[in-house]
Amino acid sequence: MKNTGLWIRTGIILAITLAGFYLVFGPRRMPNSSDFTWQGIKNNLASNITLGLDLKGGSHLVMRVKTDDYLKKLTENNMQAALSTLQDAKLNVASSQITTENGNYSMSITMADGTNLQDVVDAIKKKIDVAQWTESRSGNTVTWSLPGATQNALKDQAVEQALKIIESRINAFGVKEPTLQRMSKSSGQILLQMPGVEDPERVKKLIGADSNLALMKIVSAPNPSPVTTYPTEEAAKQSLGGVVPPNRKILPFTERDDASKPVDPANKKPTQFVVVEYPAVVDGSELRDAAAVSRTGGQGDYQISFSFKPAGAQKFGEWTGKNINNYMAVVLNDEVKSAAFIKSQIFDSGEISGKFTKATAEDLALTLKSGALPAQIEYEEERTVGPSLGADSIRAGVEASLGGLAFVIVFMLFYYRGSGINAVVALILNMILTVAALVTIKSTLTLPGIAGLILGIGMAVDSNVLIFERIREELRLGLEIPKAISVGFDIAFITIIDTHITTIISSVILYMFGSGPIKGFAVTLILGLLINLFTAVFVSKTIFRWEMSLRPNMPRLSI
Amino acid sequence: MFNLFQNIHIDWLGKRKIFIGFSIFIMLAGLFSALGRQAMPGGTDAFNLGVDFKGGTIVTAKFRSRPSDDDIRAALNKAGIADPVIQSSTNKPDEALIKIPLIEKTTDTGTEQQQKEQVQTGRLSVKAALDTLGPEAEGEATLDTDANAAYKIIGTDSVGAIAGSQLRNQAVTATLLGLVGILLFIAFRYDWTYAAGAVLAVFHDVLMVLSFFSIFQWEINLTVIAAILTIVGFSVNDSIVIFDRVRENIPLHRTDTLFKITNDSINQTLSRTIITAGLVILSVLSLVLFGGEVLRSFSLALLVGLTLGTYSTIAIASPIAIWWQGKLGDTRIKEVLVPQMGEKMASASRRSVTRRPVTR
Repeated sequence: MKNTGLWIRTGIILAITLAGFYLVFGPRRMPNSSDFTWQGIKNNLASNITLGLDLKGGSHLVMRVKTDDYLKKLTENNMQAALSTLQDAKLNVASSQITTENGNYSMSITMADGTNLQDVVDAIKKKIDVAQWTESRSGNTVTWSLPGATQNALKDQAVEQALKIIESRINAFGVKEPTLQRMSKSSGQILLQMPGVEDPERVKKLIGADSNLALMKIVSAPNPSPVTTYPTEEAAKQSLGGVVPPNRKILPFTERDDASKPVDPANKKPTQFVVVEYPAVVDGSELRDAAAVSRTGGQGDYQISFSFKPAGAQKFGEWTGKNINNYMAVVLNDEVKSAAFIKSQIFDSGEISGKFTKATAEDLALTLKSGALPAQIEYEEERTVGPSLGADSIRAGVEASLGGLAFVIVFMLFYYRGSGINAVVALILNMILTVAALVTIKSTLTLPGIAGLILGIGMAVDSNVLIFERIREELRLGLEIPKAISVGFDIAFITIIDTHITTIISSVILYMFGSGPIKGFAVTLILGLLINLFTAVFVSKTIFRWEMSLRPNMPRLSI
Repeated sequence: MFNLFQNIHIDWLGKRKIFIGFSIFIMLAGLFSALGRQAMPGGTDAFNLGVDFKGGTIVTAKFRSRPSDDDIRAALNKAGIADPVIQSSTNKPDEALIKIPLIEKTTDTGTEQQQKEQVQTGRLSVKAALDTLGPEAEGEATLDTDANAAYKIIGTDSVGAIAGSQLRNQAVTATLLGLVGILLFIAFRYDWTYAAGAVLAVFHDVLMVLSFFSIFQWEINLTVIAAILTIVGFSVNDSIVIFDRVRENIPLHRTDTLFKITNDSINQTLSRTIITAGLVILSVLSLVLFGGEVLRSFSLALLVGLTLGTYSTIAIASPIAIWWQGKLGDTRIKEVLVPQMGEKMASASRRSVTRRPVTR
């Protein structure tokens, strides 16, 4: 039969249409009778389309970066580094003291008699940056303290840094189009609003996760003797002569070998301790990438592989080269996750074995990759909020848009008569399929996305108008109906292809270089245009062909 | 068959000086508005940036019986706060989050002291507005202890911009890169002269829209960025439709000047232009009229921008393309361009070459 091609085209269109309708209005489970009621369709539609913060609302979280803790940690770390430096330089420290309270942050070191204080200061300045600290000396004591203005500047930096890290964490987690705002400068508060996510608690935990990775050398006899561990912290201390020197640290060792027995949270006291050398060989700031990998595919068998930036890899490579057969600890948040001897020189990668579950391993990799937060975060306020555009104005906007659409449909039917039906079918199909595509890629629809949809619909109308006007022109020139239709489609197609490709090119660029709202716009527009090539050209032409095949000798085309 | 706008012979390009003059006039007005407002002591900013862009104060109010978002917005508008963002709190339905832009001419880089004053001013102005709906439970009193009170402000804080300079720069960079992509593609499919015309028309449209926003002090918020992206897409689309007709007409009318061919092409596609633009603009007009207060900036930007997108194809893109071709010399148009264009035409158009009388 000569209509075979036409039937195939029709079959393709029907299949795609049905799939589109199901994706938009159907349930994501076995359909039942309730799915054919008006309410059921509405419910399915609502659960299929994820709306963004501006259209639907979501969680509203106010968190505070503990900036005081940040300064405290900074002071403590500096002190520890200073003492370790002095120990290495064989300068005798009589006593040391740090103050980290009531807005005063200072560290003072008192040297044993007879030490040249200038040597002390020089040695410390070589290792740590104390440029922002005020230095004062009296007798054998040198004191560095942080002036108030510097404290504020440092706190400010810490909040900015935390903001960036939080942003990268929620983006990496796949939260679509959150908004992050700083609140009052002095309080260190950050306001996060994010659209409804499946597991807000997990996101909250992820944002605040404190992940500090360090690779440290364990004080132990080298392989083949087993790694030296101590049953208690006290025993470890005794091995160091009762006092922990500044260049040593005692850390709990919590390696788990058996994933089937999860750590009992009530009894998670570590059973072993190791002594490690301080400072670390390399730390988390040198990480380039981290990923959760499964060794066997089992649920509780995930570990984290990581790789270093070039500088870190260099450092690590040099150190491992010199320390073959020595034991190294992978330390996460001041807990030794694994201890292993170095078989050969390693440069740029390693892994944290520890039998994690998939979710914890993924979250851990993600937080490691985003870098450590400068200080801990606490949540101060939590609420769920309505759409930021306001529910009433969204309703008004939807009604106005539907009104506009109705006007377009009425006009097309009035102006192009029978062919207007083609256009309307193509237009509605375009919208359904675009939304279906958005549902398929799990995109979150926001107002910019809707703007992309509007432009896509505008260009769909334009495609129809271009084709119909061209067919009319060809008819006026005296062409027979089938010829006019085919020439009209062919010529208009050149224009349509050019306009579509141009817009798709620029949208792809917007997608690549834009973020949040710009990406949302680009995605819907690209999908809308690709689908329009199908609906406005393929579908519309098929309808015309049916018309011609059913009424081969029609005297005039209704256009 | 309805036929509007047939056999029209308007000399569009002959009026190019009027068009370009008009555009320059508006853009200069916009520039004066922006610079003037900036320079005037105590004047407003060049643009009326919303809370998305410059931050402001967030006030949490608890109501005894929660008025609708519209009522709160109306009260705030009456008190002179033009563009508040009102967000309901779904788990605490009696509360509302009200975000208002900075009132003083300060930025969020201000000092702590300024920020505190700003929060205080914000609180007072929101209070003044809400007091028209009923008295606040002042001081220590709560809604429980003060039976007359209608609401209580339970929290105030300052908020920074959502769309910090980073997002703004990124939007601009991404759009500019997108335009480079458009420039290259049009140059590849048509000619550099057309590419320049289309892209300059886009710049024209965006600058004109920004001029309108500065002159009328419409609020610029995040939705306006989406509107501007839409305008860019529509403007390019419109330019290409006409360029496509010019490309098709060149080999058909070898004896005509490009000037005439372009005029004819605009006239031939006029019915399409008017129908498409008319439909799109009327739909957007419905959004402006009935789409509500919050979407006003978005819909106004679209209305102005889409109208200009159509206008600029005729008034800016085509004259620039022709002007540049003229600079390259008529010979290029006739001898170099024609075969080149002819080759690039798809077979469908060539079919119409043989079929169609050369003169019409």
